[in-house]
Amino acid sequence: MAVELDVFVGNTIIMSEEVYQLWLDGYTVNDAVKVRMDGGALDEFEANADVVQSDTMDQYRTFQMCERLLHSPTKLANQLLFQIPPHRQATLIERYYAFDDGFVREVLGKKLSKGTKKDLDDISAKTGVMLKSCRRQFDNFKRVFKVVEELKGPLVENIRQHFLLSDKLARDYAAIVFFANNRFETGKRKLQYLTFQDLAFCAGQLINNWTVGAVDNMVEDMDVDLDKEFLQELKELKVLITDKDLLDQHKSLVCTALRGKTKAFNEMEANFKNLSRGLVNIATKLTNTKDVRDFFIDLVEKVSCPENFLSFHFVVWDRYMGVIKSCIFKMYHD
Amino acid sequence: MPGKLKAKIVAGRHLPVMDRASDLTDAFVEVKFGNTTFKTDVFPKSLNPQWNSEWFKFEVDDEDLQDEPLQITVLDHDTYSANDAIGKVYIDIDPLLYSEAASVISGWFPIYDTIHGIRGEINVLVKVELFNDLNRFRQSSCGVKFFCTTSIPKGYRAAIVHGFVEELVVNEDPEYQWIDRIRTPRASNEARQRLIFLMSGELQRKIGLKVLEMGGNAVVGYLQCFDLEGESGLVVRAIGTACTLEKLSSGSSTHTHPNTAPASNACNSPSKDGKEPVFGEDLPSSSGPPTPFRALPTSSSSPPPFSPSKPCSRQSSSSDTDLSLTPKTGMGSGSMGKDAGPLKTLLRQQTQTALEQRGASSSGLLLNAREFPFFTLTSFPSGFLLHVGGVVSARSVKLLDRIHNPALGNTRSYKLLDWNSVTADEPETRDAWWEEIRQEIKSHAKALGCHAVVGYSENTNICEEVCILSASGTAAILNPRYMREGCLDIAGSDHRFEDPSPSSCGFCHIPYDELNMPFPAQLTYCFHCRRQKVPDVLFTTIDLPSDAAIAGKGCFIQARLCRLKKKAQGEVNATAISNLLPFMEYELHTQLMNKLKLRSMNALFGLSIQISVGENMLLGLASATGVYLTALPAPGGIQIAGKTPGDLNNEQHIMNIQKRINDTIAKNKELYEVNPPELTEEVVGSPIPEPRHRSRLFRSHSESSDELSELDLSHGKKDAFVLEVDDTDAVEDIHSLLTDAPPPKGFHSCNTETMPGIYNWTSALQMFTSVRVLRLSNANLTNQALNKIFTDLCENLLKSFYFKLRSMVPCCLSHLNFSVAVPEEELIQVAVTAVAMTFDKDQTQEKPAEKPIMKGCSEGEEQLQFPLELCADSSSVNSQSSSRISGVPESSSLSTRAASVDYGSFADRCSTWLELLRLKAHTIRRGSVKTSRRTQSLAHSVSSLEHSSPITEGRSRLLRSSRSFGGSSVSVVKMTPLSFLPGTRIVKYLGIINMFFIRETTSLREEGGVSGFLHSFVAEVFAMVRAHVAALGGNAVVSYSMKDCVLMENPNKNQCQCLINVSGDAVIYIRETDLEAIASTVGLSSTNSDGAT
Repeated sequence: MAVELDVFVGNTIIMSEEVYQLWLDGYTVNDAVKVRMDGGALDEFEANADVVQSDTMDQYRTFQMCERLLHSPTKLANQLLFQIPPHRQATLIERYYAFDDGFVREVLGKKLSKGTKKDLDDISAKTGVMLKSCRRQFDNFKRVFKVVEELKGPLVENIRQHFLLSDKLARDYAAIVFFANNRFETGKRKLQYLTFQDLAFCAGQLINNWTVGAVDNMVEDMDVDLDKEFLQELKELKVLITDKDLLDQHKSLVCTALRGKTKAFNEMEANFKNLSRGLVNIATKLTNTKDVRDFFIDLVEKVSCPENFLSFHFVVWDRYMGVIKSCIFKMYHD
Repeated sequence: MPGKLKAKIVAGRHLPVMDRASDLTDAFVEVKFGNTTFKTDVFPKSLNPQWNSEWFKFEVDDEDLQDEPLQITVLDHDTYSANDAIGKVYIDIDPLLYSEAASVISGWFPIYDTIHGIRGEINVLVKVELFNDLNRFRQSSCGVKFFCTTSIPKGYRAAIVHGFVEELVVNEDPEYQWIDRIRTPRASNEARQRLIFLMSGELQRKIGLKVLEMGGNAVVGYLQCFDLEGESGLVVRAIGTACTLEKLSSGSSTHTHPNTAPASNACNSPSKDGKEPVFGEDLPSSSGPPTPFRALPTSSSSPPPFSPSKPCSRQSSSSDTDLSLTPKTGMGSGSMGKDAGPLKTLLRQQTQTALEQRGASSSGLLLNAREFPFFTLTSFPSGFLLHVGGVVSARSVKLLDRIHNPALGNTRSYKLLDWNSVTADEPETRDAWWEEIRQEIKSHAKALGCHAVVGYSENTNICEEVCILSASGTAAILNPRYMREGCLDIAGSDHRFEDPSPSSCGFCHIPYDELNMPFPAQLTYCFHCRRQKVPDVLFTTIDLPSDAAIAGKGCFIQARLCRLKKKAQGEVNATAISNLLPFMEYELHTQLMNKLKLRSMNALFGLSIQISVGENMLLGLASATGVYLTALPAPGGIQIAGKTPGDLNNEQHIMNIQKRINDTIAKNKELYEVNPPELTEEVVGSPIPEPRHRSRLFRSHSESSDELSELDLSHGKKDAFVLEVDDTDAVEDIHSLLTDAPPPKGFHSCNTETMPGIYNWTSALQMFTSVRVLRLSNANLTNQALNKIFTDLCENLLKSFYFKLRSMVPCCLSHLNFSVAVPEEELIQVAVTAVAMTFDKDQTQEKPAEKPIMKGCSEGEEQLQFPLELCADSSSVNSQSSSRISGVPESSSLSTRAASVDYGSFADRCSTWLELLRLKAHTIRRGSVKTSRRTQSLAHSVSSLEHSSPITEGRSRLLRSSRSFGGSSVSVVKMTPLSFLPGTRIVKYLGIINMFFIRETTSLREEGGVSGFLHSFVAEVFAMVRAHVAALGGNAVVSYSMKDCVLMENPNKNQCQCLINVSGDAVIYIRETDLEAIASTVGLSSTNSDGAT
């Protein structure tokens, strides 16, 4: 005696967020049933294992059928196959495009290619995210990348409109796309301490200030590619270390601005030349694609590490860079 | 040339990629009606083509308009090879043919392909212009409205109920034509779909003609079914109740007759004691209004030839106690039973009668219709139903004729050539079969002293060449005053006639003569009025009358049974089946009775018994809703008796069982809140029978005919139910009794329209369809093991529903409609469609107490027609449920209004109301030009209605050309098997939805196995129903049902095919809260008058 067929279809979609999450996480039906039963599903409504199994199967099938639609979320709203209340649609989409920080950290900056996809089982093993879920997340990155690649207009906005994501998630995807496009190296040991959110913040800064879009907001790839002209112009910053006068002037301006404001002031003052050289060298090399990729490594190696200088809190670093930035701006214009 | 059909193809979206090279599609559309075809231009390289075609015009007969669907085919243009079909859309244009229904069909339709399922959507506009007066064309019946709803539709009043209409159409099944061997599955499926569309169109037209001949304008309770007889053909048949419906409008509002309110005062019945007025017997010659005398039994020049005193017990199948007779006499469960063996003669007889019939009656159609006083309705206006006798049913086993015996290879091609001549006589045969069954039902009803059958339905079950025809209904006596006037109208009723009995108990009073009872039954005096006799239990196929007095809540009761049968062929098989049938009915009946008593209830409503044949087994499934009617005596307990009283062990065992049973009864009483009002001492019966009964009664129900003389109020003591534990069978019975788990806390379930005892529905609702197929792995199962498996299957389904819908508690599963099938050997298929509805728990308790008030109110409404005028076509005749929801304060204010209504201001208010509502409901009058302003306000109202238009601006550019509501967003369409939507008013019926789909796959594994295949197919069917309703301008389907779900799989070949037939009524509803909102805005000017009243 075996159940040959078992379906349950509601006029309005029937789903439980718990089961959806299990599906997204890549659990098989049997594992999901186990998780649900351990989670106390049996206590409710006199359910037994069969009932939970049948319910899980139905929902998994529903999700599988929805998956095609979730690939282009705008279709979800005007498709006719499933009647899904709007708040459910939003949940379905948002959860489908959500990702694990651990996973995304691993692929950040990698080329979203078949080759990378082949390595997903390693990443899965490393991060503990199930392979199925890894694949979904990877495919999501790739899909978003492909769609926004050729669109005009602001990156975040494009993502939000085409994938109906929340602002936060759209920004994260923008960061992922930006990293993937510029292939920033983030996997080195030295960068391991940085979380995805740290890097996403950096990406946001770069997008806002260093891309073509920062200047002109109607070109293709405006938020994805760095502004070549700007990078070219950065070369001229070399004078800051080659020209003794300018170096001194720079130093005094920075020191004036920072005096008494940071505990590390003395250290900073003593090492100013090295520090400045590191920063300027990074800036002037950015015309090289290879060096662009190493941007974050360079920042860590050549700015923070040698002097063991800014290995402490972020606040100080932020303050320092902000000042440096404004100083550089000022002097550049001078 | 009486009609011009116009169609315009606007756009497509989400089309599939047909050209792998470009990942795009060059789509164009063929629009076909009858033999005329138009094509759009090719819209190259797009998945979202914008054809924006001209208006394609078809000039056609209105007969064709009724029969034919508009056929839209989307194709991919291919320069070098044949164009590839993407998919099709069939649009039934019938709804455009009624003057008051939809005037345009416009919206996105899923493009459906029988192999690939839904492949994108197409936006279509369809209009019809009818040139001539509809009624002049007798071949067509344009304008006759069809309703699946089995009650008088909301917003209408039945001026005349004409009675039963039936028709059937037969054709050869394209799947079994020789050409099917050389054409593709797709072509074959499409031929079939198209044929069935045509046949149901034709059927509907023919029924419409009958209705017109009878002088009616509508069919209510329209039930259409398909019999896939395989080689011998395809039968589409339908039954319904012809009515003359009047739209409720301010014109008809002047009825005032406060005295119809039955209230619950003591019985003032004329106590005729079993001599209920035979219909038509002593009628004063037409003193009523000059309405034509049209009600069904109006062949009344000669009153129906039945004498209440006729001792015809041997014929009346069922009603509660009667079934116990069947095994003894072998009667009453079908013509096979009657004629015991000689099936051949039977068959011969049929052909004969068929021939005779054909010769005899060219005018016979009408006669037939009137001959059967059957009503497919299941709920009636109060006062209509006088007495209910019990369930009558008839079954007949037939052998489908085998003209197409494979051995006769030649006849096959012959047949195809001579299509018409061969098929021509088939309907007659089938007609004769049904005729026979109906006659039987009629005679059963007569035996119960009843002149009518209500809640009537017919169905078939086919296995290979054996076909079981079944019909069942509830024998009843209808109020002669309605009959005479031929009128179901409450408001129009007059008080010249004495009220026969209070409606809260009157329908329970026996219609038959107590001295000549058709079957042994135990009678007592009615516990309400104490004047007339009532039976101890009452089984019916109808819904609980709205004014019936009940205690506690109802519950879903199901009896399940499996019986093994030897494999056989032809006549032997048919005989074997017909021999088994009476036993099955008896067993099912016993089970129902036991379960009813176990729940401490005494009446069943909505009883439907389904018997399904497989090659090696028979399945029986009886579903009903149990309830405690306070007019009937309290059910006795169930008494267990041992066969060998001496055995101590045994005694102990029996005592244990007895204790469990008693505990269960006590628990159930609490669970269902069955606390009947305290009775006077002498009535309270002890559940334990006196010793002599214990010895006498043996698994039967009150065969105490010799005690009739003793009938008195104390009789309640004797109705205990004894089960003797003498064999494994009985033990099984008891076990199955006790294994039925009650629904978990917060859940209720029933298979009727409304749940007895729950009145305060909230608006959340979830309709669902569930199908489960079980494969029996072990071929050597015993009957008991099979029973267990089958019972578990049904119980587990229910458990699954409760679990899945747990987020909706407190909630009720209403209209649980189970259907069983044995698709092939060792497979059991159960399909369920039902709706889960939430209700407000807190008020449940109070409601029954308020009921009398409510009743008064709703009657006030009826008399005043107040809400009717307010909302043009919302209802009151049957809207008790909705008025209940609306809560007391509102309705009581309504009734106070009744006192002093200023008719002048009233009318003003009404017209404003009408305006608004029309706007809101998106009513486009034919020929009216819709202004953009209207559309806007409409869109607004929709979003406010649904709180949910998932529209985003980004997408609207795709749809710049779209017009009506739901243009760019998908409007929500609710579906329910019930005739109402809680918390809303149905303001308009847009027409019947009757759709038939076939889906086939040759890549079953890839689609997720049978489950995956069926899951997506059911979802697709829902989607197509919703799309059609939305295109008609509707926002809900009521009285939705899935008539057929035939699944044929062949996993080895990786193939599967499924046929689904669904139907329902497309409607526009408005939320009551929105109505109130309008009321308050509109009412601003008239606040004063409101305050005054």
